[in-house]
Amino acid sequence: MYAQMVDTGAKRVRSLDELSPEERAFQERIDADIKIEPKDWMPEAYRKTLIRQISQHAHSEIVGMLPEGNWITRAPTLKRKAILMAKVQDEAGHGLYLYCAAETLGVSRDELIADLHSGKAKYSSIFNYPTLTWADIGAIGWLVDGAAIMNQIPLCRCSFGPYSRAMIRVCKEESFHQRQGFDIMIRLCQGTPEQKAMAQDALNRWWWPSLMMFGPPDADSVHSAQSAQWKIKILSNDELRQRFVDQTVPQADFLGITMPDPLLEWNDERGHYDFGPIDWQELFNVVKGNGPCNRERLSARVKAWEDGAWVREAALAYAEKQAAKAAKQAA
Amino acid sequence: MNRTEWPLWEIFIRSQHGLAHKHVGSLHAPDPEMAVKNARDVYTRRNEGVSIWVIRSADITASSPGEKEPLFEPANSKVYRHPTFFPMPDEVKHI
Repeated sequence: MYAQMVDTGAKRVRSLDELSPEERAFQERIDADIKIEPKDWMPEAYRKTLIRQISQHAHSEIVGMLPEGNWITRAPTLKRKAILMAKVQDEAGHGLYLYCAAETLGVSRDELIADLHSGKAKYSSIFNYPTLTWADIGAIGWLVDGAAIMNQIPLCRCSFGPYSRAMIRVCKEESFHQRQGFDIMIRLCQGTPEQKAMAQDALNRWWWPSLMMFGPPDADSVHSAQSAQWKIKILSNDELRQRFVDQTVPQADFLGITMPDPLLEWNDERGHYDFGPIDWQELFNVVKGNGPCNRERLSARVKAWEDGAWVREAALAYAEKQAAKAAKQAA
Repeated sequence: MNRTEWPLWEIFIRSQHGLAHKHVGSLHAPDPEMAVKNARDVYTRRNEGVSIWVIRSADITASSPGEKEPLFEPANSKVYRHPTFFPMPDEVKHI
C-alpha cells in the first residue's frame, strides 16, 4: 500500500529443505518471531527487498506532504491551519524514521533520494491525485491515513527490528491524522448543502484510489508469498482491503454520504461487505507514471532538493570550519 | 554526491526526570548543535523528552552478533545471581 508491488527477486518460495544452512537458520529465526537486526546475517534478497519496501514507504511519506501542503495557506481557520501543519510535519518525521531504518541496511540517504528522483524507486500511487477542495484534506485523513493505519499496524510485528520500531512510532502518531480528517468530514457533512456536496464529491474521487492503495489481488503473487515467508508482509492485499471496506462503510453511513459503488452491499453469509470490481488498469497506469499529478509531484521533489543544495553544502562547510578551528585551538 | 551527505547521528531521549536516556533513532545533521535541533523536531513533537543526547553513529563501538555466545553465554549458568534461586521458608518474612 504505502509500499505497492514490491519486487522480492523470487521466482518461487522455497521450502526449508531447499535452503542453504545459513538461509535455513535465518528462516527459523523468523519463524520463531525473533527480530532480525542490521548486523545479523541475512539473505541478499531479503536485504534488497526491504530497502525497496522501506524506501518506497519513506518516499510516500515525503511525497505525501505535497497534496496536503497545497491547502495549508488556504485552510478555512487558523486552528485548521495549525492542525494541518502539525500533520504535514508528522509526515516529514515519518519519512525520516523510515529513511533511517532503510539506511541500517547499508544504503545511503543520497542513494535513496537519487532513486526517487530518477523514477527508479516508487511511492504510493495515491499521492498522484490532486487535492481540488478543502474536503479532499478531510477525505485524505479519513481514507488515505485510515488505509495506511490498516497496513501499518500489522507491520509493527514485521521481522526486521528497525522497520518494526519505526512502524510502532508511526502508528502512535497516525491515528491523530485519521481523526482530524474525519473531523473535517463531520463538520462539512453537518454544514450547508454545498458543504455536504463537497464532502460527497471528495469521497467520490478518493474512494477507488484508496482501495487501490492496498495493491492488486495478491493470491497468485510470488513476491507476496516470499514477503509473507520473511514476515515483512503480514496480511494479504485483499484481506487488508476487505477490512478497510468493512470498517469505513459504517463511517460513511454516519456522515450521511455514500461510496461511489452501486455494487457495495452487506453480505450476511460472508459477514463482510461485497464491493464492485476495481479498475486495475488505472492503478497500473498511475504506477507507470501517467496519473494526474506524477510529473508535478516528482518535479516538486527534485526542485526542493536542488534548491536546498547550497544550504546543505554551506552547513557542512561551516561545520568543517568550526571543527578545524576547535582542533587548532586544542593544539 | 557523498561529499554533501551530512553525517548520521544516534539520538537518545530522556523521557522524564529520573529515567535514563533511551535510544530513539537516528538522523542526519552537519554538526552536533544542528543534530540536537533536528532531534527536537523529529523525536519530541509530543513532549516525549526533557533531555536530548546526540552522538555520531561512526563513533559507536558495538558488539557483533557473532560474539553473542562468548559475551552472554557465561551468565546463563549463574542462576544464583537471581534472588529467586534461594527458596525462603514461608514463615520467614521481609526477605
